[in-house]
Amino acid sequence: MRRGRDLAVALLTLLLGRIVRPRESRGRIVPDAPGNTSAELVALAFLALASFAAVGFIVAYAVGGNTQYLGLSLGLSLVFVAAALIVTARKLVVAEELEEDYPPEEHVVEQERVEQIVEEAGDGLTRRRLFKLGLLGTGGALGLALLTPVLSLGPFFTTKYYLGTPWRRGRRLVDENGKPWHADAIERDDFYTAFPEGANPEELGSPLVLVRLPPGDLRLPAQLRGYDAGGIVAYSKICTHAGCAISMYRAPLFQPAEPRPALVCPCHYSTFDPATGGTVIFGPAGRPLPMLPIEVDARGFLRAKGNFDGPVGPSWWGVRMWRPNP
Amino acid sequence: MQRRLILLALFVVVATGAAPVTTGKHLYGRYCAQCHDAANAPALRGVGALAADFYLTTGYMPLPHLGVQPRRGRTLEAAQIRALVAYVASLGTGPSIPNPHPERGNLARGMQLFTDHCSGCHQVLAEGGYVTGAVPPPLGADTPTQIAEAVRIGPNVMPKFTARAISSAQLDSIIRYVLYARHPDDRGGWGIGHIGPVPEGLVTWFIAVAVLIGVCLGVGRRLRA
Repeated sequence: MRRGRDLAVALLTLLLGRIVRPRESRGRIVPDAPGNTSAELVALAFLALASFAAVGFIVAYAVGGNTQYLGLSLGLSLVFVAAALIVTARKLVVAEELEEDYPPEEHVVEQERVEQIVEEAGDGLTRRRLFKLGLLGTGGALGLALLTPVLSLGPFFTTKYYLGTPWRRGRRLVDENGKPWHADAIERDDFYTAFPEGANPEELGSPLVLVRLPPGDLRLPAQLRGYDAGGIVAYSKICTHAGCAISMYRAPLFQPAEPRPALVCPCHYSTFDPATGGTVIFGPAGRPLPMLPIEVDARGFLRAKGNFDGPVGPSWWGVRMWRPNP
Repeated sequence: MQRRLILLALFVVVATGAAPVTTGKHLYGRYCAQCHDAANAPALRGVGALAADFYLTTGYMPLPHLGVQPRRGRTLEAAQIRALVAYVASLGTGPSIPNPHPERGNLARGMQLFTDHCSGCHQVLAEGGYVTGAVPPPLGADTPTQIAEAVRIGPNVMPKFTARAISSAQLDSIIRYVLYARHPDDRGGWGIGHIGPVPEGLVTWFIAVAVLIGVCLGVGRRLRA
């Protein structure tokens, strides 16, 4: 803690403080230069513009992330930084041709001379501290701009869209035409898409994939016991890897000569086992498919018994900490 | 000599359909029973003429050895297939051989349905692909009847599609699309194996780059002269 504070103070001193070094009474190496105030102002203006553009990037990201505006603002910011550096190099830093070669080996005196050259080269700047502040500001704004996209790695502020699904206890499962699914219509070795009755089918949490397995083949983990309706299991149709629709079903005609039944995502071949609660058995997906508890009502139609056991859709940081709203 | 001819004629009559079920039973014993009567292959009671016709006319069966995915190959003779199909159908009530009418289907709808249900594995132009644990075959050699049968059976790891999932009218459209996909309308000339826009673009680049280099060489030579 203490060390951290010391470090911060040291850093600030280094950046802003005037380090007064006793200069030996040796003659100047770099010729003395009169300050060029107008060029300084131009460089500072460029730095300010670069900061504005970097802030513009953050704003563009916050308002919706139009990629054209993002690219434009970041590009402009970098162009302005480059312009400021060019102005500084050409007009402000005192330049002199170096006639002798650099010392072949480390030499204390030579090193000191080089240090002195670097030190004196900046003597053309009349507003050193302001310059440092400008650089610091631009660097900070640019750094922030570059860090902003980290927010895309997960929903940090609003998780409603990912956790609120239209599934409620008692809601019927219907097909794409709104016709309710009867349990008898679900046959083995075929797979079906279902939606919540009377809800928006376009919502991330809406589509389901339904399959029927022999009840004896189910190996559901303890917390998913009773999620199936007599062997019919319902999972979110949205892959937990990149959010594609699970549109393939591996339905072996004859076991054990052929591999186990599996739900497969066509995008990157994430393969999920419907018998064990949607666990990943192949591919890049990092967590099981969310499972929806279902039951058969008195008339034989399929109904939801609650919400999914986990968040629907592609994964993000900390996705396992959340559970959908009931 | 005459007796031999009579015997041969008799044999031909027996073999070609005088009693296909009996002949089928003999053939079943010879080609199928070893696995299908044991536990290492599905039982055939109730699979119907549909499944038998599909597996035998594609050459998927008889399988040369267990544990491999059936591939298209040499088929039994047509008469043998007829006899075997009749015998398998007689084992129990099952679906009969379908009679699809691709000419009644709608090509656009067929493409839409194919991309919905089939292209995940078979690729959008039905050229086959790879999935975990199996190889979805290309559909270039399948007859309309075989396609209709495969959709209803779901051979190997393919899901089967019931009439509720794909109606027979929709199936006609799908088959029409599969037949069309063998000779698709390649706008712009070469299909280049229909492997997608990226390799096609690459080929374009190779051609364009070659032309550009040629032009540069020509210009350079003229300048030097």
